[in-house]
Amino acid sequence: MDLRRTIKYESDRVKGFGREVMSVPGCEQLENCIQCGTCSGLCPLSIYMDHTPRQVMELTRSDFKDEVLRSTTIWLCASCYACTVECPKQIRITDIMYELKQRAIHEGFYPKRFPIPVLAQEFYRMSHKRGRVTENFLATIMFLKTNLLAALGMWRLGLNLFARGRFPLKLEGIKRRDELVRMMAVVDKLSIDALQNSQQNGGNGGGHPGAH
Amino acid sequence: MDKVNGNHEARIGFYVCHCGHNIAAMVDCTEVAKYVGQLPGVVLSRDYKYMCSDPGQELIQKDIKEFDLNRVVVASCSPLLHEHTFRSAVEAGGLNPFFFHMVNIREHVSWVHTNRDEATAKAKALARAAIRRVAHHRALDVKKVPIHPDVLVVGGGIAGIHAALTLAKAGKKVYLVEREPSIGGHMAKFDKTFPTLDCAACILTPKMSEVGAHENITLWSYSEVVKMDGYVGNYTVTVKRRPRYINEDLCTGCQECIANCVYREPKFPDDFNEGLGKRKPVYIPFPQATPQVVLIDPEVCLNFKRGVLTDKCKKTCVEACGEKKAIDFQQKEEFQEIKVGTIIVATGFQAFDVARMPQYGYGRYPNVYTALEVERLVNASGPTAGDVLLRDGRHPKSIGIIHCVGSRDKKTNRWCSRVCCMYSMKLAHLLKEHTEAEIYNFYIDIRAPGKGYEEFYDKLLEEGVHFIRGRVGEVTDWAFIPEEEGKLVIRVEDTLANVVRRIPVDMVVLSTGLEPQPDAQAVRRLFNMSCGSEGFFLERHPKLAPVNTFTDGIYLAGCCQSPKDIPDSVAQAGAAAAEAMVLIDKGHIEQEPNTAYVLDDCSGCKSCIPLCPYTAITFNEGTKKADINEALCKGCGTCVGSCPSGSIVQNLFEDEEVFSEIQGVLAND
Amino acid sequence: MKYSYFPGCSLKGTGRAYEESLLPVFQALGVELEELDDWNCCGATAYMAVDEVKACVMASRNLALAEKAGHQELLAPCSACYLVLNKTKHYLHESPAVEAVVQKALHQANLTYSGNTPVRHPLDVLINNVGIDAIKKRVTQPLKGLKVAPYYGCQIVRPYASFDDQYNPTTMDRLLEAIGCTIVTYPLKTRCCGGSLTGTLPEPGLLCAYVLLKEAIARGAEVVATVCPLCQFNLDCYRDKMVAKWGGETVPDPRKAGARIAVGPRLDIPVVFFTQLIGLAFGLTEKELGLQRGFTPLRRPAPAQPQTAAA
Repeated sequence: MDLRRTIKYESDRVKGFGREVMSVPGCEQLENCIQCGTCSGLCPLSIYMDHTPRQVMELTRSDFKDEVLRSTTIWLCASCYACTVECPKQIRITDIMYELKQRAIHEGFYPKRFPIPVLAQEFYRMSHKRGRVTENFLATIMFLKTNLLAALGMWRLGLNLFARGRFPLKLEGIKRRDELVRMMAVVDKLSIDALQNSQQNGGNGGGHPGAH
Repeated sequence: MDKVNGNHEARIGFYVCHCGHNIAAMVDCTEVAKYVGQLPGVVLSRDYKYMCSDPGQELIQKDIKEFDLNRVVVASCSPLLHEHTFRSAVEAGGLNPFFFHMVNIREHVSWVHTNRDEATAKAKALARAAIRRVAHHRALDVKKVPIHPDVLVVGGGIAGIHAALTLAKAGKKVYLVEREPSIGGHMAKFDKTFPTLDCAACILTPKMSEVGAHENITLWSYSEVVKMDGYVGNYTVTVKRRPRYINEDLCTGCQECIANCVYREPKFPDDFNEGLGKRKPVYIPFPQATPQVVLIDPEVCLNFKRGVLTDKCKKTCVEACGEKKAIDFQQKEEFQEIKVGTIIVATGFQAFDVARMPQYGYGRYPNVYTALEVERLVNASGPTAGDVLLRDGRHPKSIGIIHCVGSRDKKTNRWCSRVCCMYSMKLAHLLKEHTEAEIYNFYIDIRAPGKGYEEFYDKLLEEGVHFIRGRVGEVTDWAFIPEEEGKLVIRVEDTLANVVRRIPVDMVVLSTGLEPQPDAQAVRRLFNMSCGSEGFFLERHPKLAPVNTFTDGIYLAGCCQSPKDIPDSVAQAGAAAAEAMVLIDKGHIEQEPNTAYVLDDCSGCKSCIPLCPYTAITFNEGTKKADINEALCKGCGTCVGSCPSGSIVQNLFEDEEVFSEIQGVLAND
Repeated sequence: MKYSYFPGCSLKGTGRAYEESLLPVFQALGVELEELDDWNCCGATAYMAVDEVKACVMASRNLALAEKAGHQELLAPCSACYLVLNKTKHYLHESPAVEAVVQKALHQANLTYSGNTPVRHPLDVLINNVGIDAIKKRVTQPLKGLKVAPYYGCQIVRPYASFDDQYNPTTMDRLLEAIGCTIVTYPLKTRCCGGSLTGTLPEPGLLCAYVLLKEAIARGAEVVATVCPLCQFNLDCYRDKMVAKWGGETVPDPRKAGARIAVGPRLDIPVVFFTQLIGLAFGLTEKELGLQRGFTPLRRPAPAQPQTAAA
């Protein structure tokens, strides 16, 4: 029999974490969560999650940052918005999940080679580099980076797609890629400015996460 | 220094109250008293710890006599609290109470300042203004408005019935107006009531009979209030009496007409049974209806076409009625005008319309029911005589009861409807009794605050009803495993057991919340009341005056004010009756004389008449001048400000009074 | 009628058939579509997981390009693009701080954003601008009685239910009925297909897609009509895996009470884009509509007796 001691002390809380997450526009409603469980009841993926969406909401509100950012929940969310439209307190649960995904990626809270954040980051990279993504290339890269065996196991799917003309061999891209570069540079600079400003004012990191 | 009304010398007594620390902490009261003492017209100036106390009031009375004061000013708290106290003290000292003026140096000075010097300076300025003003005060008499002893109760549910009976037993004459053909309201539809499981009809119908029989109650059912004019103690109300096509005085309630109607079988959806049963065009709403009189629905009766009399039917009903001759197809709607002194509004609630929540499948899946429908299903005099038979003919072996439908939800109604947890448990018990099915209650919280309510919850748990804490998002009919085929599936997170569950059931019951009636806005305008932001009628004070409204003489009782259970509705009804009796038994009501009056030099331009929010001004065709009804006037001052020739004066706010006050504030001495 | 047209990355890749069928159908109805010049990826759901402000900037470039093109409205067939573009519009409206950053960024590309360009979905345009009557007029070969399960997916009705009911959308039902199809009752019409999870976390992802096909079979559908390239992919391209995991399951036979049918063999039910069905009714060929690109291609039903495609 494997005994595990589970207790949470106030020192386990990362005070202010919940408030930070709630400061994203639309996420303030988390304050009013009555833990009714509608979100988890509707979520098609909740049966696979280690913490249900409702639990993640409570853990976030109570500042248990570690638990939240290490959960499988935030990665399993498929953004179907079923929870958001039914929540009786109109909490934008899906948006909170995005926020938590961003924080987890930014702070590196996921196991290496976990496909979902890897896919997100490759998507980010490819869309920055070329302005468009070519799905099959993207999927291939993700598989190669996370699970070579599975990648090889997809050969049949790849062949079938190719046979039906759904597997392009040319990478898509926009013409005016320099525009994109300049646009993103503006965002980076503004984020860094904001970060520096708040540091000067003695606050702790008010800048936007993801200043890659 | 202005002379008192231009005649005598002003002899003003000034008192500044410490109010313990409330004022003294921020205002230097002794300093203020000293300052005021040297102002012209001030005979004496004191500061005292608690002016509102008995010694404080006695001090005023003593000083008036001893120093021959003719005006009194007290600088203390808000007039809302103690203006009446001090006016009474002044009156007891032998002066007209309106020779008193009050200055607020607590809410207006002490409580909003942080700098003592500034606060004291402001207190001095306000006191100075009051001294100048009070010299201009005239002697005024409190107005006495007589109260008509009759009462109108609007709404014949349990609250209206109880209020009417209480007043009738106290010897008052009551008009009880009810929109439906019978009194009884929602309670008449219930099977049993929580937590005692008393049969609703058994405890209600004796009261209904009493109402019907009481000599002091005039029961007008199938009627509506359409107009209300007047003011407290003197309301003129017009009631529309809808045609039943039956002479109420002649009908004995034998129901032979129904048995002999040309329609052999009942065919039309029965409102009382929530559409689950059928009735004929001539019908009685339910067996114990009061008055015990049938009625005819002109929309479906063959003697009418779309509500218009054609007289083409065989009229077997008339034949069956025989000698009594109670059926009268010529009956028209009637308007009756009554005079009452007080009105109690007890118009009740409407149940949440589940069509607003399509995700629960009502209408789409035949075996989804509302709570009221289930009340009728389990009732012995319901459409299935108490047999819980589903719309598709089966008996349910498993039932899901969903709490909080249309409550605690920003998308529908934000409030908690207070009774649903209890009635959901009651229905769980009744359904279990009638069907032996597996019963699941899906809830967010169990709210069982009343007497015997928590114990009722215990009882339900002992009966083996499953209570699952998880709000249901949707009801579907797609099966994931073979056991779910042909059933309605409720997928919910069992938040306490920490697992997501799929529960297939044969029947779903939606515990609908309570909402204001759909015409609440129209009704509130009719009775000159307000509604809260959620649409229920607004009480004067949520804690201390739950049955009064902001309109004198109009009271609330029951669910029209907010969702509540039967004991609370009855309690409120009793309270409203008592409040009404306060006015009736006193016989008159005293009104603040801050009313406006029209001077002789009124030119008859009529500008003021449409401006009055209380419709207190009329045009006198005889004198060709405007007339203000003192009893309706609330002293808002709109007409005074609007009169182009300055011919309207308001007591307590005459020009000289106001201007001298302004000058006093701005003066620099 | 003229619209700016935003294909999105998917419609140039695995979802080619959507574009291939959308363009001729709209052309046949007299609606001109001009592909947005140099459109960039909208960001879809993956980008938002990395950086929200930059995601807005990505999407806003397209909105600004659309404003520049001047056709007043932007058509976005892909559900994710439709959602992201609309979400960005809402977000910019609610958060002046983010809008300021976006405007600054757009300035670098000589673009501005004024928020005046609505983003429309083809179902919306077909029902509300073109109209059922115009579509009926254009039908030369009605799909007599073809039983269709209309699958809307989640992102065009949630969270913004701008052109159809959130719980029971019917725009596609009405369109397909207008071309002769019979719509089967399909309670899962807005349930999530699993999105990108089918590729990243197959177990939960595939289950989501599988229940959709299983229910379609249980309701007697002969074809599933979709609006989203990812939904189409998930339902179309993983059948072998589904058969391997759940092929042994059975469902009640919708045509014979008491009998059951095996799900496995029926998992080859064709999954098409609704525009492909409309194109067929307009008399266009299967090749023109990209029907051969489906893993189970749909063959045009014979006029006398409706048939499903041969496996």
